[in-house]
Amino acid sequence: MEWDWEFVWQIMPTLLEGFKITILATVLGAAVAAVLGLAIAIARRSPVTAISRTVGFICEFIRGTPLLVQLYFIFYVLPDIGIRLPPLVAGVIGIGLHYATYTAEVYRAGIENVPRGQWEAAKAANLTTRQAWIHVVLPQAVPPMIPALANYFIAMFKETPLLSAITVLELMNQAKSIANSNYRYIEPMTLVGVFFLAVSLVSVVGLRWLEERYARMDD
Amino acid sequence: MASPIIRIDNIVKRYGPLTVLDGLSMDVMPGEKLALIGPSGSGKTTILRILMTLETISGGHIEVDGEQLYHMKKGADLAPADEAHLHRMRKKIGMVFQHFNLFPHKCVLDNVTLAPILTQGVKKADAEKRAMELLDMVGMADKAKSVPAQLSGGQKQRVAIARALALSPKIMLFDEVTSALDPELVEEVLNVMKRLAAETDMTMLLVTHEMGFASDFADRVLFFDRGKIVEEGRPQEIFRNPRQERTQTFLRKIIAAGHRV
Repeated sequence: MEWDWEFVWQIMPTLLEGFKITILATVLGAAVAAVLGLAIAIARRSPVTAISRTVGFICEFIRGTPLLVQLYFIFYVLPDIGIRLPPLVAGVIGIGLHYATYTAEVYRAGIENVPRGQWEAAKAANLTTRQAWIHVVLPQAVPPMIPALANYFIAMFKETPLLSAITVLELMNQAKSIANSNYRYIEPMTLVGVFFLAVSLVSVVGLRWLEERYARMDD
Repeated sequence: MASPIIRIDNIVKRYGPLTVLDGLSMDVMPGEKLALIGPSGSGKTTILRILMTLETISGGHIEVDGEQLYHMKKGADLAPADEAHLHRMRKKIGMVFQHFNLFPHKCVLDNVTLAPILTQGVKKADAEKRAMELLDMVGMADKAKSVPAQLSGGQKQRVAIARALALSPKIMLFDEVTSALDPELVEEVLNVMKRLAAETDMTMLLVTHEMGFASDFADRVLFFDRGKIVEEGRPQEIFRNPRQERTQTFLRKIIAAGHRV
């Protein structure tokens, strides 16, 4: 088996197409995980135990089952009850929901780190609960958790090849179809690895920067 | 004679098996300056926190400015207050905390303007103008653009006073506002409060261990012990001639601990 550069250039445009979808799925999935994770964290603090318990149970359930199974469920089982989603949408929901249960824990820790005195000061200033969240608590809670969130988003990026199982034409899926039709695996699979490695290395540098910028917030 | 601005009627506060306030009743007249003294755990801070609705009550009634604080009228009966009622009642009351509780992510000026802009719909420019006047009054105008982390404890507390004043509450609660300060920084905060007491007709309730200050500041001193008011009177009476033995013991201990009276 020999490395064929000509084949590499030939398949590059297709792989780049797939890579675009990979990035798109990661960005959209991260957005879902970021927003939904916050909603879960707030719901789990609800004084209504029915809400906090139910949300807590659902989170345990999602974390306790494999992402691949969840993706199959969303894409292949939900149509049986009439919910038909395009592959990318199903993938973004699946991966976003899965990671939301993890980001929720990051938010929870960040929110609990805001001293009780801040809530009390907000109350004494006659802010509504909503205003206290938006103007007092979250602006203090979020910056220290940015590195931990970014860490999950990098992990999520590396899990996007799972989306190939539900026919999303992301990088891995494109590489597989190239490999299958040409009977050559070494170039497409190596390139998939290189693409992921390149992004991961850049992300790690970015993460270090975020940690220095945000991890320590002095009072 | 005017009617009381605060009527506290038989308030009970329990934490599990612990009774912190045991049927506390007291009235506060409009414009009155009140000092609440007593050993720690005597319930003096708790009653302030209850007035600010930071705690719930286990029993009793409180009337603030003619309205029930923890209850609202429901037909002929009284029902527990909902959040909207509490929110409306909080407008009347402001509080300064022992540990300042400034918003660390906002500069001094924004700390003072945040609540007026959000809760009273004041325009930003107007809120800032008023905030600068208040910061000037507490001697912090030159630090308007600093963040709390750059300030000393005394400076933080003066900003916190300006922040509470910005909402123009009828009643101000001061909870051990100098207890977390280094000794050399206590004076600057007390001076601000003395000026405030002299210049405004706001009703003020002060929990303190600074007996000398309580004596200068207050029209009336209440001595708390074990969730009840044991003795009350004008500062001279309480500090010079305490009648109750528990008051005498407490004041002796405070003097022995080096506090000025």
